[in-house]
Amino acid sequence: MINFITNFGFSVLRLSTPIIYAALACTVTKKAGLLNMSVEGMMLCAALLGVISSALTQSVLLGVLGAMLAGCLVGALISYVNLVGKSELYLTCIAINLMATGGTTFALYMITGAKGTTFSYLASLAVPTIQIPIIKDIPLLGPILSGHSLLTYLAFLCTALIWWLLFKTRLGLRLRSVGENPHAAESVGISVTRIRTTAYLIAGAVAGLGGAFMSMSYVAWFSRDMVAGRGFIGLSANNIANGSPVVATIFSMLFGMADTVANILQLTDAGIAYFVKMLPYVITIVGMVVMSVFQIRRRKHMKQKAVAAAIQEAAAEKQT
Amino acid sequence: MSELLRVENLTKVYSNGFVANSDISFSVNAGEIHALVGENGAGKTTLMKMLFGMEDYQKGAIYLNDKKLEMKSALDAIHNGIGMIHQHFMLVPSLSIAENIVLGIEPTKAVMFNYKEAVRMTSEAAKKYGFDLDVTQRVSDISVGSMQKVEILKALIRGVKVLIMDEPTAVLTPQETRELFEQLHRLQEQGYAIIFISHKLEEIMELCDRVTVLRKGKCLGTYDISDMTQERISNLMIGRDVELRFQKDDPESGEDLLLVSDLIVVGDDGKRNIDGVSFRVRAGEVVGIAGVEGSGQTELAAAITGTEPYHSGSITLSGEEIRGHTVRQLREMGMASIHEDRMTIGASVNQSIRDNIIADRFYRPEFRKFIFTDKKAIDEFVDRCIEEFEIACDDADQPVRMLSGGNIQKVVVAREFTSGCRFILASQPTRGIDVGTTEMIRKRLVSMSHENKVATLLISADLNELLEVSDRLLVLRRGKIVAAFPKASEVSEDKLGEYMLGIRTMTPQEMEGLL
Ligand SMILES: Nc1ncnc2c1ncn2[C@@H]1O[C@H](COP(=O)(O)OP(=O)(O)OP(=O)(O)O)[C@@H](O)[C@H]1O
Ligand SMILES: [Mg+2]
Repeated sequence: MINFITNFGFSVLRLSTPIIYAALACTVTKKAGLLNMSVEGMMLCAALLGVISSALTQSVLLGVLGAMLAGCLVGALISYVNLVGKSELYLTCIAINLMATGGTTFALYMITGAKGTTFSYLASLAVPTIQIPIIKDIPLLGPILSGHSLLTYLAFLCTALIWWLLFKTRLGLRLRSVGENPHAAESVGISVTRIRTTAYLIAGAVAGLGGAFMSMSYVAWFSRDMVAGRGFIGLSANNIANGSPVVATIFSMLFGMADTVANILQLTDAGIAYFVKMLPYVITIVGMVVMSVFQIRRRKHMKQKAVAAAIQEAAAEKQT
Repeated sequence: MSELLRVENLTKVYSNGFVANSDISFSVNAGEIHALVGENGAGKTTLMKMLFGMEDYQKGAIYLNDKKLEMKSALDAIHNGIGMIHQHFMLVPSLSIAENIVLGIEPTKAVMFNYKEAVRMTSEAAKKYGFDLDVTQRVSDISVGSMQKVEILKALIRGVKVLIMDEPTAVLTPQETRELFEQLHRLQEQGYAIIFISHKLEEIMELCDRVTVLRKGKCLGTYDISDMTQERISNLMIGRDVELRFQKDDPESGEDLLLVSDLIVVGDDGKRNIDGVSFRVRAGEVVGIAGVEGSGQTELAAAITGTEPYHSGSITLSGEEIRGHTVRQLREMGMASIHEDRMTIGASVNQSIRDNIIADRFYRPEFRKFIFTDKKAIDEFVDRCIEEFEIACDDADQPVRMLSGGNIQKVVVAREFTSGCRFILASQPTRGIDVGTTEMIRKRLVSMSHENKVATLLISADLNELLEVSDRLLVLRRGKIVAAFPKASEVSEDKLGEYMLGIRTMTPQEMEGLL
């Protein structure tokens, strides 16, 4: 049983990692006033480039940097098309995602001749895992928290870093002002285009780390469509969090947990597993509806009370 | 006094060929409050946008301290020492006042934004210029008057010497206006030059030193205020005499048309916005409602026009309860309404003048041919409206947003005044409107009531307007009626102010029979 709990906890952290990166990438652009629907494509390109550059250079660091660079390039492309070319952002992002799916598969085939995966074709590397001293010896908690990929720990560090960037730095202040009232920002000499491009580049780098996790930690190869919707899941975690990096991370972990449950159930009953995978979204939607119904109810009740009090007061006044 | 800013032969032709400014020359001194007046569409905002680098010009030059300025953007203007307070504030709601003020010139510590320093800088500046602000407050939590102060501080902290204010008082309450004037006088003493645009001539007489008059894009000259009267200024602006104060007879009021009794409206936050209000408006009379802004005027108007529900009490129009009626049904029952916000509710600004005017009547038989609209009948009607209400436009197809503020209001007024109503609710009908149009709207309101026996409810922040147009006056304060005057002509502005601010209150006995 203890074994099961520790395995479960370990899995949650592992499966949450790419979702957290995706959610953080979306948070940055969201604060600048743009929805980052292309995070899926960013991660996919990054996953491929991470594998290629680590295989070529035989350096983990250069592999991860290559992945981040790929994310940034996609971000730069979107900013150019959207901000300079003035195209519709959503259409651009959809196009980028489709292009990433086709493009990575094509590149995979060109490089390896295989259509499915780089496994056994490219000698790519994996990001090392880390045993944390002291903590790893704590019963129950140790095996959950220790032994993860460096990128998993970095994801949580990133949450803090993004929070700091958004709320403590000058860039963050400008970024938020651009997101909320671009005219106001423009009127004091802040270039909206430059800030938004910066936001997309940062988002690309963060999404790149998520991609690197997929192909250099989760598994140690690239296979087509390996991001499998995790970018979109991160996007919705960020949407629920409404621009807060910390809340986005928490919701990413919730989604990661559902993923874990689904994975476990998959071993016994595949049908149920898909059902469980669906659950977090259903819960999110139902939760939102229930919450707003509750709010409407409460407001109505409060109003009724206020009206009753007003009527009573008016009657009392009339008597005197 | 030394000359600070000089404009020589400035000419602006918009891309559609419209000459908005031609050959304009005037100058502004340091330590002067300089008024700029003109009808709606005379070109005041255009001129100021050129001074502020937002519009280019075809001819002429702008000099500051005898140095010719070449400005490509508003930022250039600010660098040169010219600042402008826009009517639509350029603020970020979720940021604090301090953050808003220093945005773009933030103090930093390494790469970090130094919030402490920002607070210190801005509160110091606020103190220096005598602004009463808590700079750590969020902008979304402060009043419109405070937002304006933030905008002024934003300009001052960037070192501007010339401050342009385009109709700054249009959004302020009388108290806030008074406070603003005191602050402007203080800036004046410190050597700033202020260009002040307003349609309220009494404000200009009170505040300014000199006035430059524009008419149809041309400059008629600059005059010392001490040599002017309100009548002379308006005559110069419009080219004819305007009756700033008109005489009117006592009304012959008929039956009750609008009857509001024990009305209660509660807001989403549980606050009683309307708290047991009862009054009537009879056919043939104008009832004015005075009150500090936010006393429940907006909620009262929304309840009466059927756009928001009310929670207790009743509102009847010609004896019929309005609850459960759609706005269209209410309009067919004879209700008309000039909404206080012409840009979002009063008019559909992206649609044409024609569509706006016939919006409430396109389905009537006189505008229909079988199942189609009768374009000829509609065009005839709309053209008549444009002529009668002197709407300055290219043609009826022009989208309303391209008109100047006054002309947008004329479109709204044209629709409402020709709807054949029996009751009209006029909320802030002349806000931001020039004296000529204001005169027209006020006269119409009175003549519709007194001659055509329409019942009129006038809600206004302009005390002059209330005292002049209304027959009877009510004062609304915190959602309650706290005073009722049977004859508006016998009430003084000061007395009204005392009731509005809550210094005095009438008892229900005193108001009996007057509501
Ligand atoms: N971008 C534009 N293109 C074409 N014409 C314009 C443009 N902006 C304004 N105009 C026209 O120029 C004229 C002057 O407009 P402006 O806004 O300067 O008037 P104003 O004096 O400020 O009026 P108001 O008192 O109503 O604010 C108006 O007739 C308006 O229709
Ligand atoms: Mg204007």
